[in-house]
Amino acid sequence: MNNRERISDTVKVIFLTVLAAVFLAPILIVLMNSFKGQFFISDQPFQLPNSETWAGLNNYINGMVKIGFLKAFYYSFIITVPSVLTLVLFTSMTAWYITRVKGKVSQAIFYIIVASMIVPFQMVMFTMSKMANILSLDNPLGIIIIYWGFGAGLSVFMFAGFVKSIPLEIEESATIDGCNPVQLFFSIVFPVLKPISITVSILNAMWIWNDYLLPYLVIGNNYRTIPIAVQYLQGGYGSRDMGALMAMLILAIVPIIIFYMLCQKHIIKGVVAGAVKG
Amino acid sequence: MERNLKKYFALFALPTLTAFTIVFFIPFIMGVYLSFTEFTTISNARWVGFSNYIKAFEDGSNFLGALIFTSKFAVVAVITINVFAFSIAMLLTKRLRGTNLFRTVFFMPNLIGGIVLGYIWQLIINGILINTLGVDITFDAKYGFWGLIVLTNWQLIGYMMIIYIAGIQNIPEELTEAAKIDGASRFQTLFRITIPLVMPSITICTFLTLTNSFKMFDQNLALTAGAPADSTTMLALDIYKTFYGRVGYEGVGQAKAVIFFVMIAVLAFIQLYLTRNKEVEN
Repeated sequence: MNNRERISDTVKVIFLTVLAAVFLAPILIVLMNSFKGQFFISDQPFQLPNSETWAGLNNYINGMVKIGFLKAFYYSFIITVPSVLTLVLFTSMTAWYITRVKGKVSQAIFYIIVASMIVPFQMVMFTMSKMANILSLDNPLGIIIIYWGFGAGLSVFMFAGFVKSIPLEIEESATIDGCNPVQLFFSIVFPVLKPISITVSILNAMWIWNDYLLPYLVIGNNYRTIPIAVQYLQGGYGSRDMGALMAMLILAIVPIIIFYMLCQKHIIKGVVAGAVKG
Repeated sequence: MERNLKKYFALFALPTLTAFTIVFFIPFIMGVYLSFTEFTTISNARWVGFSNYIKAFEDGSNFLGALIFTSKFAVVAVITINVFAFSIAMLLTKRLRGTNLFRTVFFMPNLIGGIVLGYIWQLIINGILINTLGVDITFDAKYGFWGLIVLTNWQLIGYMMIIYIAGIQNIPEELTEAAKIDGASRFQTLFRITIPLVMPSITICTFLTLTNSFKMFDQNLALTAGAPADSTTMLALDIYKTFYGRVGYEGVGQAKAVIFFVMIAVLAFIQLYLTRNKEVEN
């Protein structure tokens, strides 16, 4: 590496560092404002807190009480985790079945379910929420079934693509050894699906955790998940508690950042796989 | 094995099929039907033919305005996001120090939900506007427009960057080396070798940003909620407002939703066609 290249590399690294700072700044600004009194935020969001504007943890306490943040976190959690598990288990079974049992029926099921991916939510939001109401799915348990139906498109598509790449010989020899299809799926196929299961889990978890409109329409009145709770804080324009809003934004971001730090590699890989295939 | 497995339809395929039919398929068919009726609840639907579709484009309806705003937004968003994402991806494939850390930082905003994103940027954009011009984001549609552009860039650059990095890394190094030896300038290498070879990634990213822009709802609701006077309302938010904001307009809302669906479906088919064509060429 000659001198000119070294200088040009240094310039690039400096540029990227500045850019990274710009990318982080919005979150840091919100964090800074979450410690300021609510009347010192809208007009001077770029000023550091001083002795006059410092509010300590008041915004956090206030906001948590106002929107019931712990409850919202609890609802988000008990909806996201079981929904993801349900989706992974059942759509992998479906995908395996319709890939291995070839025929018109399987093909029709595959195309109809996969086609649902392109339908925007607004197309079905009214009729689906009425349906959920009629069938008593408008509670944290019932919404799992709703996510199962809405997540089926991407999940079946990704599992089916993966199943096609598994050599048939493994399954055939297990069948000759006396495995029935249930044993075959759970002891042989499902373990092989592990990498794609992780991808499907991450894609669905990110979507369901951050989803706003679907849970708002179906269970929003009685069960506020985190996005619904943040939006609820909005109230009338101008009359809202900016301090509480800042604190709640931070509390909404923290779990996501922890999740990201813990499984960054899987997340990035999963998101790319989802993009390229979807 | 296949014949054996066939008997297990009820266990393997039926549960997902049932959930899908109840929460998606039936509501979808009902939605298409209701777009031709007048209703407030499903049970009182009355057939009105195409009048909802006509009403969707009448003066009092903001649908056409929302379509124009969304289209402008989509064009600017697609160009800015992809140019920035591709440029950053180029820098991050040069084996510089700290590449992994930069990648981590740039990708992170993508994980944050739309509602939270909207309020983060509302604070920052209002802060800038209040301190320079003394107004806030609801003052003029152009503030909302550029606010949404900045927000979407922040959210999606990292995501598209990752796809571009994968594409660039797939280019065999011999090709760029050979071009260098043959005396090609950096500019020529970029336009004659790199860009043609990452064309599949460019197609994917263009359509991802395009459909993302068209379907945007949460960010729009949180950042401006359409203010001022619905001039920053995008298609998805307009449909929502027609449904839940005006009694008696549910049918019109459903008709708008059907049109919206057809537009997204056309985009999806164009994408499918383009990517299929590429596969044949290779």
